[in-house]
Amino acid sequence: MINPNPAIRAQTPKRLFSRKWFKVKENIGLYVLVLPALIYVILFEYVPLYGVLIAFENFKPVKGIWGSDWVGLYHFERFFELDVFWGLIQNTLSLGLYALLAGFPIPIILALALNSANSKRLKSLVQTITYAPHFISTVVLVGMLNVFLAPRLGIVSQLLNGMGITSGPLMILSDPGSFGHLYVWSGVWQGMGWGSIIYLAALSGVDTSLHEAAVVDGANKFQRAWYIDLPSILPTIVTLLILNCGGILGIGFEKAFLMQNALNLGASEVISTYVYKVGLLQSQYSFSAAVGLFNSVVNLILLLSVNQLAKRLGQNGIF
Amino acid sequence: MADTTRRSRSDKVYDWMNGIYLIAMLIIVLYPMYFIVIASFSDPSAVGTGRVFLFPKGMNLKGYQLIFEYKQLWIGYRNTVLYTIGGSTLSVSLTLMTAYAFSRRDMVGRGFIVTLFIIPMFISGGLIPTYLLVRDLHLINNPLIVILLGSVSMWNIIITRTFFQSTIPAELFEAAKMDGCGNIGYFTRIVLPLSKAIIAVLIVFTAVGNWNSFFNALIYLNDRNYIPLQLVLREILTSQTQMMQQLDLGIVDQDMAEKTFLAESVKYGIIIISSLPVLCIYPFAQKYFVKGVMIGSLKG
Repeated sequence: MINPNPAIRAQTPKRLFSRKWFKVKENIGLYVLVLPALIYVILFEYVPLYGVLIAFENFKPVKGIWGSDWVGLYHFERFFELDVFWGLIQNTLSLGLYALLAGFPIPIILALALNSANSKRLKSLVQTITYAPHFISTVVLVGMLNVFLAPRLGIVSQLLNGMGITSGPLMILSDPGSFGHLYVWSGVWQGMGWGSIIYLAALSGVDTSLHEAAVVDGANKFQRAWYIDLPSILPTIVTLLILNCGGILGIGFEKAFLMQNALNLGASEVISTYVYKVGLLQSQYSFSAAVGLFNSVVNLILLLSVNQLAKRLGQNGIF
Repeated sequence: MADTTRRSRSDKVYDWMNGIYLIAMLIIVLYPMYFIVIASFSDPSAVGTGRVFLFPKGMNLKGYQLIFEYKQLWIGYRNTVLYTIGGSTLSVSLTLMTAYAFSRRDMVGRGFIVTLFIIPMFISGGLIPTYLLVRDLHLINNPLIVILLGSVSMWNIIITRTFFQSTIPAELFEAAKMDGCGNIGYFTRIVLPLSKAIIAVLIVFTAVGNWNSFFNALIYLNDRNYIPLQLVLREILTSQTQMMQQLDLGIVDQDMAEKTFLAESVKYGIIIISSLPVLCIYPFAQKYFVKGVMIGSLKG
């Protein structure tokens, strides 16, 4: 059975194993370095991933995961038949789509404008100021909305009343129809500067000889931005679009939760806030775990399919 | 170069439009923040009756005075400082250690372990199973959980690994090994001193994240002595009862009106005070933030 060629003989499984084992022992320090984070990941990521089994049973904490009764897809079916189901899907989806449509192009436009600005000082001033809101906490952002748009004392209400456009208190904070606009545009305000950084980085890599050649050919600045800069950063745009599409149903808990009030609930209840309320406030563990699992599976499917679509269209996917 | 010598008319129009657009963006972003600052220093009734737009009116620190007397806010402030220091220290250490190991191509089983770390980026158990786990670990209402949760961020690990791979040559380790340096000694004595830039990026990113977060505290802490600043802010800034009270408020009672104005003024001041640490480090840290995004985009 022994292979006559010594070079191949060295690759027999046993040898290979002992060589690998030697390398492991030699680099044992590396495993020591990874260990704490590995323990964290197993404990706080994989144990909950296993714990999601409770979505398929009537979980009773005293009985544990294996002692509780299995009910299959009962909780999922119950969720789909619920009156609130379509409302939740619609709120979550429309908010995500609106945020994507409004929030995605604006940083690109800002980056293109910054890139072709003549004044270096104006450019760096705009950058410094527009990056800043990214570091404001969600609580403060929502707090700012609340004080600006307060029914009587807010500056917006006073301006509108002062100019005679409206009279009486401004009801925008409790109006379900305005919730989406407030949510999305405050997000644009907070994120556009920060979002432009990555495009600026891509723009700094655009070959200057392209611009020089275009100038010789008589192209003006707008034409150069449109025909050179924009196509050059297209791969970056596609990658970010994929990542953002994956998050359409992943409307964050924090902001929606903070902006909710009793009157705008019809528009502001999204899947994550619903899971929090039903699961933690009403202790329906199994049911809300099922809702959460449904949400994260749909997110994953969305991400994978957008990635596939991008590949079909001849762009690089993210994996 | 060509721009300055041969600017055609359409270029001039473009430059003007571009300048106007940028200045418009500047004002849109700056004004709300500026207004908060001037409103916090103005006479509450001037703000409340809409007489403050561009400049502060009637220098007044009554709001701030009330804020300094509000004990819960300072408890929250203290907690947030502790959580930020603890959480950032833990998170940055774990990130550096893990990222260094992941940057070593000669680590047997690296691909498998990295995959193990990446899967949770795409699918996770979600809120409820995590909550049940934390309860089983008896960490509900224990401040440690706020420091612990979220301390391993795969995103930060990827950024840091990219940094190690692109700035620290592999030959350096071979040389150190010759001199009898082990893996951990090499990491602490050679890699870390060479990585000050990425360490600064990580500290700034995680510290701001910790300072601004409230989700874990909302879920896992209920003792008033443990809650962080952001939750105290939430009570003050987004309380609905106050909003409703304002609706009923016809300006009949002068005293009542004064109080309501003052309550609003307190909100402006609180926004300033709570954002102050982040805003103070922002000018110095800005280049690190940008650097972080740049390194991240290399392997995005």
